[in-house]
Amino acid sequence: MLFNTLSLSALVLVPLIAGAAALMIRPDRLRRGLLISAAVLHFLLTITASGASPVLGGWLALDSLGHLFLGIVSLLFLVAIVYGVGYLAREKQTKEPGRVDAGSGPLLVNSRESWLTGCLLFYLSAMTLVCVSNHLGLLWVAIEATTLASAPMIFFHRRPQSLEATWKYLLICSIGIALALFGNFLLAVSTSIITSGESPLLLDQLLLQAVHFHPQWLKAAFVFLLVGYGTKMGLAPLHTWLPDAHSEAPSFVSALLSGALLNCAFLGILRAQQILNASGLAAFGQELLMGFGLLSMGLAAIFILQQPDFKRMLAYSSVEHMGILALGVGLGGTAVFGAMFHAVNHSLTKGMLFLVAGNILSVMRTKSTAEVRGLSHLMPVSAALWMAGFLAITGSPPFGTFLSEFIILKAAIEQSHYALAVIYLLILSVIFVAMASIVVRMVQGVPLRAREPAAHGESWLMIASPLVLCVLILILGVYMPDIFEDLLRDAATVVGGSA
Amino acid sequence: MLNLPSLIPFLIALGTAPLLLGVIQRTKAITAGRQGQPILQPYFDLSKLLRKGAVYSRTTTWVFRAGPLLSLAGLGTALLMVPWGSVPATIAFSGDFVLVLYLLALGRFFTIAAALDTGSSFEGMGASREALFAALTEPIVFAVLITLVRLTGEMSLTNMYQQMSLILRSASGAALILLIVIMFVILLTENSRIPVDDPTTHLELTMIHEVMVLDHGGPDLAFILYGSALKLWIFSALLAGLILPVYTGNLLLDGLAFLSGMFGISVAVGVVESVMARLRLLLVPHMLIGTTAIAAVCIYLTLG
Amino acid sequence: MQDLLFVLLILTGFVFLGSGRMQFGIRTVALQGILLGLIPLLGNLQDLWARLTALAVLSLAIKGMVLPYFLTRAMHKSKALHEDNPFVGFTASMVVGIICLGGSFWIASRLPFIDSSQPKMAVAVSLFIVLVGFFVIISRRKALSQVLGYLVMENGVYIFGVAFAVDVPWLVELGVLLDVFVAVFVMGIVIFHISKSFDHIDTDQLSSLTG
Repeated sequence: MLFNTLSLSALVLVPLIAGAAALMIRPDRLRRGLLISAAVLHFLLTITASGASPVLGGWLALDSLGHLFLGIVSLLFLVAIVYGVGYLAREKQTKEPGRVDAGSGPLLVNSRESWLTGCLLFYLSAMTLVCVSNHLGLLWVAIEATTLASAPMIFFHRRPQSLEATWKYLLICSIGIALALFGNFLLAVSTSIITSGESPLLLDQLLLQAVHFHPQWLKAAFVFLLVGYGTKMGLAPLHTWLPDAHSEAPSFVSALLSGALLNCAFLGILRAQQILNASGLAAFGQELLMGFGLLSMGLAAIFILQQPDFKRMLAYSSVEHMGILALGVGLGGTAVFGAMFHAVNHSLTKGMLFLVAGNILSVMRTKSTAEVRGLSHLMPVSAALWMAGFLAITGSPPFGTFLSEFIILKAAIEQSHYALAVIYLLILSVIFVAMASIVVRMVQGVPLRAREPAAHGESWLMIASPLVLCVLILILGVYMPDIFEDLLRDAATVVGGSA
Repeated sequence: MLNLPSLIPFLIALGTAPLLLGVIQRTKAITAGRQGQPILQPYFDLSKLLRKGAVYSRTTTWVFRAGPLLSLAGLGTALLMVPWGSVPATIAFSGDFVLVLYLLALGRFFTIAAALDTGSSFEGMGASREALFAALTEPIVFAVLITLVRLTGEMSLTNMYQQMSLILRSASGAALILLIVIMFVILLTENSRIPVDDPTTHLELTMIHEVMVLDHGGPDLAFILYGSALKLWIFSALLAGLILPVYTGNLLLDGLAFLSGMFGISVAVGVVESVMARLRLLLVPHMLIGTTAIAAVCIYLTLG
Repeated sequence: MQDLLFVLLILTGFVFLGSGRMQFGIRTVALQGILLGLIPLLGNLQDLWARLTALAVLSLAIKGMVLPYFLTRAMHKSKALHEDNPFVGFTASMVVGIICLGGSFWIASRLPFIDSSQPKMAVAVSLFIVLVGFFVIISRRKALSQVLGYLVMENGVYIFGVAFAVDVPWLVELGVLLDVFVAVFVMGIVIFHISKSFDHIDTDQLSSLTG
């Protein structure tokens, strides 16, 4: 019982305290040990957190939707951190800091590792708060906090380009988040018919009373929340920060940004949609989500075609998948279940791909797709994982992504959105061809002479994490545990889907 | 409508207008620590100029000669419609403020035409600047008057200003303060005072209004000088009615309050001229657009 | 009395649009922060006065003093020119401002009002300030100007909250304040690094990442 009461607070506080401690610990080994143990502890807490009782007067509460997203965050964080620690150790040993991951360019000194570690933990804490907050104001604070905690990580290699990326990320996301705050205020105004005086943005109460809200103000609030959090989520046309930030951050940070951060922002939009559903205006939000979703997919496809930078290619693929998520929720019905499933699949797959991209970078020292050839000779395991990741992210059959994308397609056809289904398939196939032409060329062929690969080969630390993720996606593709299916089903029901 | 007693304010205005210029000069002199010229100096100047003959360049046409006269005529007619605060003007009808503004514009048009008629490049330059600033101030003046119309619900200047004393009691203080600031800026701009223009400068490149009248002499110059005094009177009157919206019902008291307001404004103009430097020419449109913005705020304030 | 504050807020918006000198811009934003802090104090405080006053004073201190002080330091540390040369000139910016103001009042007049006691002017002012912030972020070149634009925009959103007396719990309001504070802090640090590695803070020249 005591454990139940404490578990939500502990989820937020453990990484927060560990982060503060990490800022002060000098020895690298000790700090890295702390990082990993905090991640493990957080993961254990997350698994056992179901049914945790609300704390802080209901401000923090865990519903199945939050739990699903929290699970994604925690798992991905753990895996990425194991990779990251190995990466940081290599970075320390090399005489050319920043070179391992950053590709060509002037030599610069990395930021202090203690800062990076601290920010990572604060970031985890903020993302946890996003997942467990049951109050829209608190949710806003937490989402803005994730921006602020992750900005220094993008700037880890102090290169001019990473500076540019950090600046765009900070400014664009902050503006977006400010719009979301406006949305929150509008929402509060729409509730003022039935003002009860008690903090009006508590999600449970909002859902109970949503029928009485003023529809016009509510619609305005939704638009602002969608645009605001959509900026952070990377929905086109507000995605412009995303490729820069993802390509300039250290690879394991990119994995976290793409797999965890975007989902957190998506959660903000889902909360808004929940309120619309409860007030009987579901269709308004769903149409907007479908529009933004398709636009994101289409725009991403254009940029993936002939993309010269493989990390940017992955970043645009994230834009595409965020579009698919939005589309799935917008379609409603069984598609929501598909979207929830897809969120899990995408996070795991994209995490794995970014980690493998980190491996390729550290050996080939370039992000240019044109200069990487013959990976299968140079680093066979990574090359195999890179191929597998490509197949997974484009939704090829043995992987979980195939199932989730198929569920969404099926829902579109069942609801007789035929044109939409055709466009959806068309974009997916364009992206498949575009990515295939890039990835296959990188894996096959003879290594270029001019590119001298780095001396070190593939170590088990570089392989283990992406391998684990790859196996997980494969398992999800062929077998779904009951407990996981129930969680997905519950989460989909929360956002108005039917399983 | 037109009766003899109502002509009295008009006649006093005609007589007193040059005195305003004298007060400004005197204020500037005192703040600068000088003895300064006599306060009646503008009258001496006028009478001296009127006694002189005029020289006309052979390249000029009748436009050049008609300019000063027509602009003075326009200003004099406009003066008929400007009330003394709550003391009614000689002529008042619904929408008269539009006529006042266009009479002023007519006067300016002929001044500019006369300046262009000389064919001198300096005067052309001055004319172009004058036209630019006029184009920028006109919407502001209209905005101010529209605000007044909305505040008072009256369409003639006389009624508007009579209502002002009532307005003060209702809660539109913010708009009124802004209006006063705007009107003061317009007063300085329209009458070519510092910080927009320097009436005492003798460097043609920096002059705006003065450069246009360089070629006029004798009675023509006197008309121009007198015209500018009337113009100062008109804008001061519009401002004074806002600052001192006294309405006792007693015409004599109201008139005296108004006159004290007029001379107070002249002193204020003198002080501003003494403590401020001239703005760079490029900054003047910037300032005027800013004033337009404030005027827009005023209008919006009255919409709610 | 609140009306006067709102008018002053509009004027700070125009002053901000019409000036490119960093120091002046920072002072304008500071003034705006102080005016913002005063709004709730001049409204009817009801029974929550202690909490409201504490929050107002805190917001006044952060937005009116700490952040401006910090930004001034960031400005002096960056070796860049302390004046912006924007894509849209200052006079033109003010014209845009006038149009924005008209639009804001128009929108505010069309919104359905639930409670007639809500100050209509506040909505218009809040929209206007948000638009001004937006426009400055778009039209200015220097990174510092963009941070100022962000702050102005945030102020605009805040006005909306205050005007509707949206009863946001103090914890959230504190969080919002903290977030804005840290955001500007981090942006300031980034600006410092930008000026160190590029010798300028012109964001239009940060264009190596495209495609």
